[in-house]
Amino acid sequence: MAEFTLPANSKIREGVTWPAPEGAGTVKAFRVYRYDPDSGETPRLDTFHLDLDDTGPMVLDALLKIKSDVDPTLTLRRSCREGICGSCAMNIDGVNTLACLRAISDSRGAVTVYPLPHRPVIKDLVPDLSQPYAQHAAIQPWLKTDSPTPPDHERLQSPEDRAMLDGLWECILCFCCQTACPSYWWSEERYLGPAVLLQAYRWLADSRDEYTGERLDELDDPFRLYRCHTIMNCTNTCPKGLNPGQAIGHIKRMLVERRD
Amino acid sequence: MSSSRPLSPHLQVYRPQLTSALSIFHRMTGVINALGTALLTWWLVAAAAGPSAFAMVQGFLGSPVGYVVLAGWSLSLFYHLCNGIRHLFWDAGYGFELANVYRSGVAVLIGAVLLTAGAWGAGLALL
Repeated sequence: MAEFTLPANSKIREGVTWPAPEGAGTVKAFRVYRYDPDSGETPRLDTFHLDLDDTGPMVLDALLKIKSDVDPTLTLRRSCREGICGSCAMNIDGVNTLACLRAISDSRGAVTVYPLPHRPVIKDLVPDLSQPYAQHAAIQPWLKTDSPTPPDHERLQSPEDRAMLDGLWECILCFCCQTACPSYWWSEERYLGPAVLLQAYRWLADSRDEYTGERLDELDDPFRLYRCHTIMNCTNTCPKGLNPGQAIGHIKRMLVERRD
Repeated sequence: MSSSRPLSPHLQVYRPQLTSALSIFHRMTGVINALGTALLTWWLVAAAAGPSAFAMVQGFLGSPVGYVVLAGWSLSLFYHLCNGIRHLFWDAGYGFELANVYRSGVAVLIGAVLLTAGAWGAGLALL
């Protein structure tokens, strides 16, 4: 049963307010979710005032500025700072995106930053993603074949067949879409979710894969696939401009077409 | 232990999207349509029960409150119909591009209002 409110240990209280540095020019407020597992306290929302004249343009720059100059205990994942690693996925101003691709100037007032929604929080902006990772492993995201590998060349694919994978291979598994999906919030133990289903379709659409039927058997389930109600929050939030909702639609169609 | 960890906020912080709003409207109108069917049953049973029972139901449905209830039910029916057709297009594999999702969503809202207004215009003209 869907639980629409937060459990008692997850309620967010007002946290610490940090003033802008002295002599600051353009000041912007950043409201950031904090949770310290060692404190025994519930999560809080801290407010940091930064001098934008002395901060990089992206939300990730601001978070790293906070970590280096204001509060070194602020904890977040980040790596590439250019939208290719998917580490800094978080909820910024109410929508999931990558902090490195989100400009501070896109926020009119204060910038609010929460971890990816409806996940157990390890610390601050670091959510526990082991469930979606396990679901990704469960769809066996690798090429499965019975025929022997050609001895003198790789398994080849026509340019047209290769083009079928465009819009699928670019997924960086940041799980912005997965954690923007209300269906996944309410059924995350049994519904695979948009990111994992897009990956499932990536292997269904691969002309070299020889296990299409078995893959479809695994997906033909009221929960794993059909908890998707075409809400389309997934496609609406993907920072890479991909379309998980359409990929799921393709899987549903493949299941209908093979009944004929 | 993940169970002792707090749950990150979801509905509380996620900014309402046209995509998810229209989806929850579809489910809510489905429930309203079912409740409205009970109203229809009440009206039919009253017609079978006799003139006085029928007059009472007619009196309620013809009252200002009855008009509001019926108008709401018809809007709910037309919304569910229009959005159901939108879902049929998705099921057939069309209209998944984000721009089209927004276009069809706005079209459903406008269509539901126009069909409701048209049905009431036609109905009241026949009275």
